[in-house]
Amino acid sequence: MALNIWKPIKYTILVIMAILFLAPVYVILVTSIKPLDEVSLETMWELPTSIDFSSYTEAFSELAPNFMNSLYLVIPATLLSALLGAMNGYVLSKWKFKGSELLFTVILFGMFIPYQSILIPLIQFLRNIELYNTIPGLILTHVVYGLPITTLMFRNFYANIPDTMIEAAKMDGANFLGIFRHIIIPLSITGFVVVAIWQFTNIWNEFLFAVTITTSDSQPIMVALQNLSGSQIVQWNVQMAGALLAALPTLLVYIFLGKFFVRGLLAGSVKG
Amino acid sequence: MQEELATQRHTEQKLQLNKKKKKVTKDQWIALGFLAPSFILILIFVYGFIGWTGWVSLSNWNSLVQDMSFAGLKNYLFLFQDFRFQADLRNTIFFTILFIGLVIVMGLGLSILIDQKTRGESLFRNIFLFPMALSFVVTGVVWQWLLNPSTGFNYFLKVFGIQPKWYTDTNILAGFEWGNIEFGLPVAIIAVVIAAVWQMTGFSLAMYLAGLRGIPEELREAARMDGATEFQIYRKVILPMLMPITVSVVIIMAHISLKIFDLIYAMSGSGANFVTDVPGVYMFETTFQGQYYANGAAIAIIMLLLVAVFIVPYLITNRRSDS
Repeated sequence: MALNIWKPIKYTILVIMAILFLAPVYVILVTSIKPLDEVSLETMWELPTSIDFSSYTEAFSELAPNFMNSLYLVIPATLLSALLGAMNGYVLSKWKFKGSELLFTVILFGMFIPYQSILIPLIQFLRNIELYNTIPGLILTHVVYGLPITTLMFRNFYANIPDTMIEAAKMDGANFLGIFRHIIIPLSITGFVVVAIWQFTNIWNEFLFAVTITTSDSQPIMVALQNLSGSQIVQWNVQMAGALLAALPTLLVYIFLGKFFVRGLLAGSVKG
Repeated sequence: MQEELATQRHTEQKLQLNKKKKKVTKDQWIALGFLAPSFILILIFVYGFIGWTGWVSLSNWNSLVQDMSFAGLKNYLFLFQDFRFQADLRNTIFFTILFIGLVIVMGLGLSILIDQKTRGESLFRNIFLFPMALSFVVTGVVWQWLLNPSTGFNYFLKVFGIQPKWYTDTNILAGFEWGNIEFGLPVAIIAVVIAAVWQMTGFSLAMYLAGLRGIPEELREAARMDGATEFQIYRKVILPMLMPITVSVVIIMAHISLKIFDLIYAMSGSGANFVTDVPGVYMFETTFQGQYYANGAAIAIIMLLLVAVFIVPYLITNRRSDS
């Protein structure tokens, strides 16, 4: 009998929580399509009387160059860090040697450090090699500091490939590179998708490196969005449209490839 | 004759063995070569740079011109007497406790509700998880408006006659004198915690859901046979089994919370009297806007030590249970 009361309570809680979780989305969408004269704090929750996309045109013209910067950053950084992660993960799961576990822990620690603790030397270093305030400089940064997580994810992924398979290939005379190319890589498609989505999301959303390593022209989108919202002259319907534009790529990835996104989330957090 | 043959076979085997050994060695060299670039990069960019930051934190470099003369612990002593840094430590403590506590309670609660053969399960899961795909900056920009004292959620709260000032509130709850500051819960922190919890609950939800799925149905059946109520099953059987997940969630959330920067920078900034300031924001502003490099480095090192307190034991126990 208890179940009969429990069920409606359960659904009520879930629905209320869902509404609370979606409230920000509602505000973003509604505000961003309001004409300027209807944008006021008092009418924040009200639907617009007419739909006006001008805030999107304005946000887009403000953010488009930075949006492109983010794309130039995120694509090579994701691919490179995934590739290096696969190489490391392969060695650390299938070619273990004395001390390899310790070495892995040494790499893994890099995942948890507050990046503030490497920021001053990093910027000095990037200035010295003349990559400060450039997209390649940011790419290098994200590849290096992405190594721990991509290594961890691929190592866990490859741990599921049976060792007997590798042994059999060795019997057949396959060597280190041959096994990597003909066995590991073909079996890694899912792994690459999961890691790439994870890196794409993280690099796209990253702010601290972006705001300290680049100024004006090479800034990624998140910095531009922050500047947009910090400026007094920009109406907040434009800010909302900007927030949506900035969030769109990762949201689309989440909507269409959510399953892989969640797998990455679990792979990166469950113990190494 | 036979003896001769035996020795011959023996040498042959030995030769083959040697050959095999040699081949493995060569492959292992290539394996090391695969790993070497990444490892060297990590050594330089993580450990080398941390060392250099530590060195900067002991220097007199507090202007645009680099000055690496030795200052001893001067910068650290300054920070621990500094009103702003004391406020940061207080805020971090309360932010971390509230944030981790709520993320765990919400994630666990929602995952249990969703796990009970709930209709629309994947829809609910997707709704609670989607903020994970967003940037802290986006979250900050949006919640800045939602928790704006003059509107946002206050529009609905008006009905109940309450109008919280959210992140603009300068009150400290249960405060008492501590160093230069009032120690207690800064009310404004609650606003930032809400935004952070909105964003990160999906993480613990996903972790707990995966954990719940891993608990065999027979176990619950057995407990039911023994006459346990559903509530008792959760308390006595399921929660203890989810303990390792809780540990992981606490560790991951703790390190996010201790280094948080972008959410607060985008949402409220330091706030009046630094009620929403955190070390991450202080470090950024003092280093890159104020050019106090040595002070910034000292803040960074303290942040690193705080994170290390959680992370190092976790990594060590993980490694032990692995081998």
